[in-house]
Amino acid sequence: MTTRKTLNHVVVAVKQVPDTTQVKVDPATGTLIREGVPFIMNPFDTHAVEEALRLKDRFGCLVTAVTMGPPNAAATLRKCLALGVDDVVLVSDRVFGGADTLATSYVLSEVIRRVEKEQGRVDLVICGKQTIDGDTAQVGPGIAVRLNYCLLTLVDRILDISGAERTITVRRKLEGRREVVRALMPACLTLVREVNEPRYPKVPNRLMAETAEIPVWDNQFLQLSLSRVGLKGSPTHVKKIFAPERARGEILGDAENDPEGAVALLIRRLIEKDLISVGR
Amino acid sequence: MSQTENVIFAVVLAIAVAAFLQSAWRLVSFIRLGKPDGRLSGELVRRFWTMLVYAFWQRRVRKEPYGWNHFFLFWGFIILFLANGEFVIAGLFPSLTFELLGERIYGVLLFLFDVVSMIVLVNVAIAFFRRLVLKPAHIEYNSRDGYLILSLIGALMLAFFCLYGSEFASGTMSVAGVMPFTETIFAPLMGSLFGSAAPIAARVFWWLHGLIVLSFLNYLPYSKHMHILTAIPNCYARSFEYPATVPREEFKPGAQFGVSVVDEFSWKDLLDFTACTECGRCNQNCPATSTGKPLNPRLLVHDGKVNLLTNGPKLLQGNRSANLLPLIGTTDEHEGTVGEDALWACTTCGACMTNCPVFIEHVPKIIKMRRHLVENEARFPHELSVFFESVEQRSNPWGITPGDRAKWARDLSVPLMSDAKCDTLFFVGCAGAFDARNKKVATAVVRALKAAGVEFAILGTEEKCCGDSVRRLGNEYLFERMAKANVELFKKYDVRRIITYCPHCYTTLKHDYRQFGMETQVVHHSEFLHELLETGRLKLDGNKPAVDGKVLYHDSCYLGRYNGLYEEPREVVQRVTGRAPLEMDRRLEKSFCCGAGGGRMWMEEEPEHRINANRVREALGKDADVIAVACPYCMTMFDDGIKDERAEGRVKVMDIAELVAARLPG
Repeated sequence: MTTRKTLNHVVVAVKQVPDTTQVKVDPATGTLIREGVPFIMNPFDTHAVEEALRLKDRFGCLVTAVTMGPPNAAATLRKCLALGVDDVVLVSDRVFGGADTLATSYVLSEVIRRVEKEQGRVDLVICGKQTIDGDTAQVGPGIAVRLNYCLLTLVDRILDISGAERTITVRRKLEGRREVVRALMPACLTLVREVNEPRYPKVPNRLMAETAEIPVWDNQFLQLSLSRVGLKGSPTHVKKIFAPERARGEILGDAENDPEGAVALLIRRLIEKDLISVGR
Repeated sequence: MSQTENVIFAVVLAIAVAAFLQSAWRLVSFIRLGKPDGRLSGELVRRFWTMLVYAFWQRRVRKEPYGWNHFFLFWGFIILFLANGEFVIAGLFPSLTFELLGERIYGVLLFLFDVVSMIVLVNVAIAFFRRLVLKPAHIEYNSRDGYLILSLIGALMLAFFCLYGSEFASGTMSVAGVMPFTETIFAPLMGSLFGSAAPIAARVFWWLHGLIVLSFLNYLPYSKHMHILTAIPNCYARSFEYPATVPREEFKPGAQFGVSVVDEFSWKDLLDFTACTECGRCNQNCPATSTGKPLNPRLLVHDGKVNLLTNGPKLLQGNRSANLLPLIGTTDEHEGTVGEDALWACTTCGACMTNCPVFIEHVPKIIKMRRHLVENEARFPHELSVFFESVEQRSNPWGITPGDRAKWARDLSVPLMSDAKCDTLFFVGCAGAFDARNKKVATAVVRALKAAGVEFAILGTEEKCCGDSVRRLGNEYLFERMAKANVELFKKYDVRRIITYCPHCYTTLKHDYRQFGMETQVVHHSEFLHELLETGRLKLDGNKPAVDGKVLYHDSCYLGRYNGLYEEPREVVQRVTGRAPLEMDRRLEKSFCCGAGGGRMWMEEEPEHRINANRVREALGKDADVIAVACPYCMTMFDDGIKDERAEGRVKVMDIAELVAARLPG
């Protein structure tokens, strides 16, 4: 196992999610109608994959994408391969089902340990800031804590990586300000969408990915304690999912026939409600 | 002529012919580097006829000013081919001349050669006048090649006249009173110039004439004059498809896609490069060139030719890697290299191809090179990433939830294919389903079909983007998915007839989907409404007034040039308004694109150079109250352009279906 100089190995944690903009709530039961809704790679994660690939372009490091999910989550890993990721792992087993962020981050951190053992020193774990279905933003931090990595959340730019000092310098996007942080590697990053613009897959890579064999790691392979994975390992219990009630909106003016009047009305209303202000 | 002269001429001739054959063979082997193209199987008679009409009768050449000029030069060349044939043979065997055919025929031939030579000379003078004085911007009027060729032709004619003039002056001609120009102008001139030395002058002009013919022969394969050899087979091998549809690609692991090295083009593409006369009609009609974009179709073909001639020798040796002149480059500056920005500027409107006198297919070449950029390199203007993702994941260019595709028809009680047993499908298209303005057009189409009692259904949320823009942009991989999914749907519902109101869906379904095994009949609403009005199935309300004011009709590229539907939409307008529509200056085959085709709809365009602004200004100059369109892209581009020109109050844009719907009873 040769270890690359500046950066040896980057692991990206991705998740396959329902395209939530296409999810509707059943008005009778208050539950999500998932039938027929296509799955996509969590949009934040596409930026994580892109950032890892840019590091690969710069430093020649190895990039592995891991995901935990049902067998059909292989589609998201195929997309990772098409984009140029070197290796993928699908963590899939019925006993992992129903996991909350605690159980998920536990399994993923164990997977990353295993990946490290097989593929060499991991310097960075990169995640999206959050998923669009769970919206907790907890899995990335959970992985960092379990692996005892430096945690760098809300990164909008990687500024520098020093192989000699084994440090990474990033910029974090915080409310109303930016923060530049230098941390020791290995580190775990969660990225905001402004960090990059994801690339488009090349067709030869896509064709290769279409037929690639996706390695599946189940619990027989990982041998994790059943009390710490899946539903059993998840202290969180979802009591109810519902669409919040929303007061009926108002249509301002007649945009069809008098667009300028309608816009003027809208601007006045927004100023009244102090949602926008006019510079003087 | 002395025997020594015969021998010297034989040697010179042998060298010249050998050199010509060698360079001609070199050219043929370059063209043979191209990929196979199955177009030549069958249709022999049709092809032969096309060749006569376009190459010899020059139907397209003569459509433009100076076309007749070319026609005379061409036919002069053909007739003088006889004279030059005799010349060469007589140079070898002095007794073998037309004199053997008898005095009468000999006289007639000499008369013909004399008059034709003068016609050619006059036309050469006109061509010089055009280049030196008029300097038309759409051609390279100052090209060395152009001047050299004209000079050679002119010199050849003058040598001919001086030769015969000297013969007459020497008294060696066996006939008299048959060559009006020679005998009245050149014989006296030679006589006074050379006096008793006229026989020697005749020999000098004979040799001059011979050497010009032989040098011209050898200059041909190295100049744009090569077209006299290649344009004829190029017309024979023209595409009969409207448009020249790009071929499918085979998606198997390890394959490369599109064209990045010149030998990945088809042989016809390579023949095209050599057939170009540089007449400039393509760039004259190109919306990109006309608005100052980096694309110039003539230069693109020229770059292809230079690239082929430069790389040809290496490619023939199987050297495909090192030191090739790149075919595609990041800028357009290098001769022989096409700039990426030029490739992305094309709207695929087809004006170049429709106006090319020798059937060069520019657009398929552009698409093949785009395929390389998109599929092998994933390199394209960044705004297209979102577009490709939207089509791939949401199967519409706007990226709107596919579940909302049937929303526009909620209140129209249009049956769904999945519910109704119906063999006519209204393929709405993404614009009709998702774009606010174009939803109204789709609604108007539904109203008209219902009023005529047509039984039809829509696919609702099952419909997918037809993939037009995706294919023209070179994303064949994605296009294949869209095409297969739609063709599968048509099969599943056993659709027998498809009505579309978008010329892009129309062209894609009608022509491109043939490659995916679809044989269903496809009609555009302009054809269909025309037929319904013509047969009386669709009745207009006599009491309802026609649309207010004057209606101007704009030809959509994919309706007109791509499918020849020029008359039907005009007749629909005429029936609804009671009079023929106003016409644009650039119309029919020369119609100017709205700027949205070829995927340009989804790309940025600098505000100063917008194609739609150019077209809208032309339309505003016609002082119409309504601009009638038959395409959703044109609708959007005109709407936007009119807003940019701050002309909203002056004119409105309507689809022909809306004009019809406004006059429906009820």
